[in-house]
Amino acid sequence: MNTALDLITRVRGVRGAMLVSAEDGLVIAEQLMEGIKGSAVAALAASLAGRLRRAMEAAGLGTSVFWHLQADQGTLLVVPAASGILVVAVAEADVNIGLVRLELLRAGEAVA
Amino acid sequence: MTTRAVENWTLAPLTDFVREASARLVLLMTPAGQVLAQSGFSRAVDVMSAAALGAAIVASTGELAKQLRQAPFAALNHQGHRHGIFLSTFPIERGTVVVLAVYDLDVSSLGLVQLFYEQLATDLKAASPKGSVPKQVLAADFERELSESLNTLFGR
Repeated sequence: MNTALDLITRVRGVRGAMLVSAEDGLVIAEQLMEGIKGSAVAALAASLAGRLRRAMEAAGLGTSVFWHLQADQGTLLVVPAASGILVVAVAEADVNIGLVRLELLRAGEAVA
Repeated sequence: MTTRAVENWTLAPLTDFVREASARLVLLMTPAGQVLAQSGFSRAVDVMSAAALGAAIVASTGELAKQLRQAPFAALNHQGHRHGIFLSTFPIERGTVVVLAVYDLDVSSLGLVQLFYEQLATDLKAASPKGSVPKQVLAADFERELSESLNTLFGR
């Protein structure tokens, strides 16, 4: 699990990566820079995952593969893995989204 | 959802907790089972049962911790198929507050409840009256006190 997180945090601009249990919103593993509240990010990301899943189902779109939430001072990127684990990255606003997405998807496959 | 308090200083922090954590039922009480506030309960008998059972669990797990020669357990979580039960205690100036929260797994999670529980504890510590001694309920007054509390909690 830590190897999967290593690959994500190695990307320039990534401030932290986490594996989160989608069901209960608890942190499974994390590599975060100081100042990021891992437990809060995990709980809120899992809550959002549940609501998004229901929205996708209601819209008849199937399951989500990747989310990218852009904020003023950074970005949150999430890949829901098949095993019920969310792979989460917290990054700078100008991070290379494509590269982080690739590493998140790889990590998602590794923990599935 | 109805939120009512016997002790008014608990009302705002409890209302915030219920909204943020999407909790279905919440009880704030003393370790003796005296209810300070409740949210989501519709019947007095349910409040009385939940308070008695919650207080009993806190007492028995506290005793178990003593037997194991360790500090009291920080929190207890029971997760079922559809609901979770979260029980924890924290100290304030007037004594100890017990929080019993029931949450639907469809709309909330243990992580979310834990996250906003920390905020609830901080808010209640800040809001609790300073320098006052908690009112003791004598055995002779117990029934009247209980009746008054339930009347307040259910707006009778």
